[in-house]
Amino acid sequence: MTASQIRAIILEVIGQILPDEDLSKLKGDVRIRDQVEMDSMDFLDIIMELRKRYGIEVPEEDYMKLATLDSAVAYLEPRMAHL
Amino acid sequence: MNGRAQQKDGAGCSRITFVKGPRRVTDGQRIVITGIGLTAPNGNNLTEFRRNLVNGKSGVRKHNVRYLGDTIAGVCSHDPLKYQKKKDLRRGTRAGSTSIYCCQEAIADAKLDLSSVDKSRIGIFIGITEHGNVDTEKQIFEISQFNYDTKFVSHHYNPRIVANNPAGEVTLNMGITGPHYTLGAACAGGNLGLIQGCQMLLLDQVDIALGGGVSETIHAFGAFASFRSEGALASHEDPEKACRPFDKDRNGVVVSEGGCIFVLERLEAALARSARIYGEVVGYAINSDALDFILPNSEGQAKCMSLALKMAGLSPDDISIISTHATGTPQGDPQECKAIRQVFGDCRHTYINNTKCMIGHSMGAAAALELAGNLPSFEDHVVHPTINIDNLDPDCAFENLVVNRSRKIDKVDYILKNAFGMLGINSTVIVKRFEG
Repeated sequence: MTASQIRAIILEVIGQILPDEDLSKLKGDVRIRDQVEMDSMDFLDIIMELRKRYGIEVPEEDYMKLATLDSAVAYLEPRMAHL
Repeated sequence: MNGRAQQKDGAGCSRITFVKGPRRVTDGQRIVITGIGLTAPNGNNLTEFRRNLVNGKSGVRKHNVRYLGDTIAGVCSHDPLKYQKKKDLRRGTRAGSTSIYCCQEAIADAKLDLSSVDKSRIGIFIGITEHGNVDTEKQIFEISQFNYDTKFVSHHYNPRIVANNPAGEVTLNMGITGPHYTLGAACAGGNLGLIQGCQMLLLDQVDIALGGGVSETIHAFGAFASFRSEGALASHEDPEKACRPFDKDRNGVVVSEGGCIFVLERLEAALARSARIYGEVVGYAINSDALDFILPNSEGQAKCMSLALKMAGLSPDDISIISTHATGTPQGDPQECKAIRQVFGDCRHTYINNTKCMIGHSMGAAAALELAGNLPSFEDHVVHPTINIDNLDPDCAFENLVVNRSRKIDKVDYILKNAFGMLGINSTVIVKRFEG
């Protein structure tokens, strides 16, 4: 998968988890939780979706690497390259 | 003091005889209903619900259930987004969402401004038949897609299935900080929620009680499958004719969802704010058969009605309407009729109806919904009908059973609501027409 495909998937997952939010203006370099109403349970939904859809396990010590859209794409790119 | 004795009536039926006694309560101990919020398979508010009940309009329809396929159920059509965001619906439970809808509607109906009342003095008491099965089944289905690997169990699972969930979601939605809990009472749940609300007002633990019942059971396959295994799941080619209490051809329960919450206040508080008063809760009772896991028993039911009458200081002839519990099972309906005969004889002064024939069995919500559907009788003097009686079972025959068409009567002073459940729990609530 390419970086742009991964970015689109992350946005689609967040859209499913936060159906009331407008994600069109989400900035890539700002913490997602600072831009939309997202708590720790919502964040765990992202982790669960990655596990269910792509079999990707994100260890707890890496959670901070998914804090922004850009950092999440960078973190996931090597892990999803084969998909 | 009230007394009871057994005597034989003309039909040879053993009947409990009452000696009417006074009801000893002060104004501060009088509890009134000042608001109603509900959703039923045939109505999303009291006006719509009542109109359809009086017109004999059913809300039962075809319903598809995982693993079972097409079956029959009562399904609600209220808009949950009226009081919740899409994210709230995704995170919470159907029972929680239904409770929120009913509590919000009840508070609005009572014309209470939550910004001007002490929310720590509001309590939420919701009767349930069961809770958590819907999400347990969902989670098991979910992990079955991943070879039963439990790491796919949702982190949302625990807060969804804890027994206080339906009431707890209301506190989150409405910012209510008083006590909240559910009352697990099988199909008597709706009465128990109301009774608990009254008791918490009497104990001065709250100033406003939101009491009633809720059910999400149609979203789990377990209840349908278990009723079917018991030989107690209704079937009929026309879903609207499937639930037929007192009819010879009844063949079981129609499982339904729904919710109904009453705003309960002390009379003096309700009068002080010039609230509309639907009725006064004057009597209630809860007892146990201690006999069987499933089968109901007329003796326990008769005792329960008698205890509620005693608390109210009434004799059976004072009751204008009995809203029956009857679910349309071959075994259950005659037991309640026998119990009614024991207490009321041939019911010359009392009219009898049933609401489940039009909405199915809404489980934890049933008692509250069925009481609410009858409360407008205090004003319009109309007793809504029991539909689907084509061949009345002689064991269930009463001269004043209101069959298939509504009946206008002279006056409605007291409504008695029965609700019974598995493990032999019986409950009765009596509401009096309020005279200001």
